[in-house]
Amino acid sequence: MSKLLTVSPSPHVHSSDSTQKIMYRVVYAMIPALIWSVFVFGLDALRVTLIAVVACLAFEYLIQKYLMKVKPSVTDGSALITGILLAFNVPANLPWWIIIIGALAAMGIGKLSFGGLGNNIFNPALVGRVFLLISFPVQMTSWPVNKQAGIDAVTAATPLGLLKEGVKNGTPIADIAGLPHLNDIMLGNIGGSLGEISAVLLVLGGIYMLWKKVITWHIPVSILLTVAAISGIFWMIDPAVYVNPGYHLLTGGLMLGAVFMATDMVTSPMTAKGQIIYGIGIGVITISIRMFGAYPEGISFAILIMNAVTPLLNYYIKPKRFGGQ
Amino acid sequence: MLKTFKIGGVHPPENKLSKDKAIEVLPLPQKVFIPVAQHIGAPATPVVKRGDVVKVGQVIAKSRSFVSTNIHSSVSGKVTKVDFSADSSGYPKHGIFIDVEGDEWEETIDRTETLVKDITIDGPAIIQKIQDAGIVGLGGATFPTHVKLVPPQGMKAEVLLINGVECEPYLTSDHRLMLEKADEIMVGIQLLMKAMNVEKAVIGIENNKPDAIKLLSEKCKEYKGLSVVALKVQYPQGGEKQLINAVTGKEVPSGALPIAVGAVVSNVGTAFAVYEAIQKNKPLFERVVTITGKGVSKPANFKVRVGTATSELVEAAGGLPEDTGKIISGGPMMGRAISSLDIPVTKGTSGILLMQEKESSRQEVLNCIRCSRCTNVCPMGLEPYLLMTLGEKQIFDRAEKERVMDCIECGSCSYTCPSSRPLLDYIRFGKGKVGQIIRSRKK
Ligand code: SF4
Ligand code: SF4
Repeated sequence: MSKLLTVSPSPHVHSSDSTQKIMYRVVYAMIPALIWSVFVFGLDALRVTLIAVVACLAFEYLIQKYLMKVKPSVTDGSALITGILLAFNVPANLPWWIIIIGALAAMGIGKLSFGGLGNNIFNPALVGRVFLLISFPVQMTSWPVNKQAGIDAVTAATPLGLLKEGVKNGTPIADIAGLPHLNDIMLGNIGGSLGEISAVLLVLGGIYMLWKKVITWHIPVSILLTVAAISGIFWMIDPAVYVNPGYHLLTGGLMLGAVFMATDMVTSPMTAKGQIIYGIGIGVITISIRMFGAYPEGISFAILIMNAVTPLLNYYIKPKRFGGQ
Repeated sequence: MLKTFKIGGVHPPENKLSKDKAIEVLPLPQKVFIPVAQHIGAPATPVVKRGDVVKVGQVIAKSRSFVSTNIHSSVSGKVTKVDFSADSSGYPKHGIFIDVEGDEWEETIDRTETLVKDITIDGPAIIQKIQDAGIVGLGGATFPTHVKLVPPQGMKAEVLLINGVECEPYLTSDHRLMLEKADEIMVGIQLLMKAMNVEKAVIGIENNKPDAIKLLSEKCKEYKGLSVVALKVQYPQGGEKQLINAVTGKEVPSGALPIAVGAVVSNVGTAFAVYEAIQKNKPLFERVVTITGKGVSKPANFKVRVGTATSELVEAAGGLPEDTGKIISGGPMMGRAISSLDIPVTKGTSGILLMQEKESSRQEVLNCIRCSRCTNVCPMGLEPYLLMTLGEKQIFDRAEKERVMDCIECGSCSYTCPSSRPLLDYIRFGKGKVGQIIRSRKK
């Protein structure tokens, strides 16, 4: 025979799945919430997203090419996800240079310092967000007002921010001025980061990812149930001081975190059991910070803390082996 | 709900291109190369030499130990040499070269098609004859069948499972055999049951072969203790442990043999070979081989004499397609890529798959994204991503603790990995090393 045959070990076929396809499915899942944010915050939302995405892609390319001297992997879709998620996690009026610093922190510290995709311990977008929250607390927590509402205030407090203030001053929930109604929250007629404002569309994205088998139900469901259960107990004990669980589920970054950030496969546990423990952990930490901590919102910290616990969970929690033990 | 095994599994495209092609007899080759090691265990020792004239069915290499088996000539003619040549492993193997002259069979072999139903000999005699006839597991594992039929001290078989699953994509030889030789297979199963002294046998067939399920279910009514179970299509259901789990619900413990849960598994092809050996006096020297592939002009199922070169099959199926990039002996999940068309068909060759150039090379390997897909599909409940890392970094004690030896090398993990990581390559390496360590510990 004239030509050379390939001789390689089995298996000789491969499924049609690829890492790139998985990543782009995550991107598709974020599109409804992205469109809604543009609708609510206007072109500002688009500006923030574009800057974040371009900066993340650029930093990945530059750092890989010139510092790490490896083949850049910008096309795999993961930097694109980090960019969109970073944008989702900041206010729509954030100055451009702060966004770029956030992107540098996300890609440089959060991802590439660990060796790139798959090796990072923490969710890169959250590393970026927390970095900014600590470095630029003022800019990161002044939320632009919903363009739809037609009020001419420049900034609005988030529902969770109002709650925290109220609780600090000892005001009963019912008397906190400006606390939005649940209907408004559902639709996103509230102050908040870009991607936090419509729980409904985030859930929709989550359902798409479940359908496409990008994620499994274990992480989001265990987070949401934990938050609902704990906040529910407190609410039943004293509804004048503690807000109802629906409020906790739909406000702040909880839905965004539960659906898109805690489910990041690189930084979450491998087994179903591990994922449930991880989800419960995130739920407990989030609600504790919200109710008793210094910050109004706790999901970012909660995810980062549980990210750090993930290697441990992978070490101790094994899949069910065939043939016992 | 159809039954299947409990943990993991994948469903690659089935591509059973030759499933409607009746078994044809491949024309006799001009020469054959018959390796003396076509089974797991010690190679047989040649008992012929250059210049000897042999008949079809004559013993040409004898087994000298229990875990080994005889090799018979598949043709009549003259032995030209006893030498080394490559088999499907790619390594030179000892074997016997014969130039074919005519087609003269041993007189003792009954060459008629008449079905012989009555079983006239007892269990031990059946086992002896199976051993003499050189029968091995024809599903691909090629473990000598007589060894399986004698349970270790203190263990007792309760059920015989017959593997009609054929879960590998493309392959159809077992499917065709079930359709065309159903009666013979039934008698073969009866013989195996008698040899093992069990009352019950279950034939497992995947649901993509409804015709075979229907036919064999009909036939089972004529016999006591026989039944068919339709199984959900799921790879690797043909693995012994998976089949036992799917049919009986039991899990063979880690490191143990199927007999530990009272089961013995045999392939439908093996049952047919047992029928021929006992009722027709015909040793194992030919088998059904599927020749297939997307570019193959005439995919087919051939009855092939052992030792026939792969090229003969390829010719009969319409020649080697221009864009062939890889030739597989066996199925695409567990088969072996062979480097030459001279490599002979042996007792374990269930099919020859010609893959096109564009399907042949592997995709670019990317970083592990820890998506846990490999873990979810592993039928043994292992963590392939971890075992690969441990193999790569040569951390063998941990690999042993993470049960690398349980891996059945089914390839589901590598098949599934979205980053195209060569998981099984490294797991095999780790398994080899851990195996050595375990053996040296025992000494
Ligand atoms: S399937 Fe591949 S990418 Fe996913 S965890 Fe396993 S090795 Fe990593
Ligand atoms: S090849 Fe081994 S590790 Fe991979 S899926 Fe099969 S049994 Fe599991």
